Amino acid sequence: MQNSKTKIPEEIEKKNINWQLFSSFFKIGAFTFGGGWAMISIIEREIVDRHHWIERNDFLDLLAVAQSLPGILAVNIATAVGDKLRGVRGSAIASIGTILPSFLIILAIAIFLTPDVIKENKVISSIFMGIRPTVTALIVAPVLTSAKAAKLSLKTVWIPLVVALMISLNIGVISNPILYIFLGAAGGYLYFLYTHRNLKHRQ
Amino acid sequence: MNFYLKLIWAYLKIGIFGFGGGYAMLSLVEKSVVGPGWISEQMFTDIVAISQMTPGPIGINSATYIGYVAPHSVDPTLSSPAWGILGSVLATLAVILPSFFLVLYASHFIRRHQESGIIKAIFSGLRPVVVGLIASAAIMLMNAPNFNPNGIDWQLAVNISICVASFCLVYFPIPWRGKKIKLHPIIVIVMAGIAGFLIYGL
Repeated sequence: MQNSKTKIPEEIEKKNINWQLFSSFFKIGAFTFGGGWAMISIIEREIVDRHHWIERNDFLDLLAVAQSLPGILAVNIATAVGDKLRGVRGSAIASIGTILPSFLIILAIAIFLTPDVIKENKVISSIFMGIRPTVTALIVAPVLTSAKAAKLSLKTVWIPLVVALMISLNIGVISNPILYIFLGAAGGYLYFLYTHRNLKHRQ
Repeated sequence: MNFYLKLIWAYLKIGIFGFGGGYAMLSLVEKSVVGPGWISEQMFTDIVAISQMTPGPIGINSATYIGYVAPHSVDPTLSSPAWGILGSVLATLAVILPSFFLVLYASHFIRRHQESGIIKAIFSGLRPVVVGLIASAAIMLMNAPNFNPNGIDWQLAVNISICVASFCLVYFPIPWRGKKIKLHPIIVIVMAGIAGFLIYGL
């Protein structure tokens, strides 16, 4: 065991940092269940407290950017941290480290637990029959928590209701989730212009 | 080969428009992979359950699993595991690639304009939509294949009870030795699996 207080010469540290970056994010990918938000505290402990790669304030900035971009939050954070430390190469190393554990585990499951096995094995099919209604319940819970976090008011509560209704009707383009992402962004922008102009008029 | 291009395109779209985290992505994933008939409704629900029980983000897990299973279910001649692994690699890379480049090249722009009213306004418009996206994923899974695959009334009643019970266990804190704890979803999934085995498997 190396004493953590010994100062490592800078050159060796630079060579090692790629490997450390990979192994840190591999660990993060391997030990976090439930995705995105559950990962953040573990990432913070590895990156800020343990390796001191990034100051806590900078980490919060990275987090704000990572969560405002589309895509998978954990991978976005890995890309941002990797970029800050080692540029594009660091980003690639950190991202691959994050996805590799779940990729390998799911691949192994997919190879053995094919749709035919789930259907034909009586034990496995009965287990999944019990699990399927639970999965629905597990998605209803974040609907309520995200509704609270979004601070829906009487003026905005119709938006999620209409979006959910239209998408689940399942009729062509009208039911495409991408349409509502565009409409939401455009609506926010137009509302901004509208209130902005009103403010100017009043002045 | 044509199928792999469709797979890549589907997951690039999921990567570009996947705002609001794993659950909000689900309706997008379902539209893209259940819609064209690559996998069944039940299979999709099973993948969500498997993703919950294994580490890692749900977006990656579903890409890897669907990438492996879909080539075979679309074209029976692609039954060799190598085709499945190719699908896994392509789908997983496709789902992370858009945000990878956005983080690298657009993050400076976003950071500079983070405090600007326009960016804030756009995200305030997206937030209620994300709630709707998650809700739509839940509604779309409340279907006959998941709740009543054999068309038997008592099974439907049992499955609805399992759904309501799991919701209460996950959502409401349970008093335990003077503290209030929330059950981890994995524990609830395991309990539901055991219930399923006891009710349907014996």
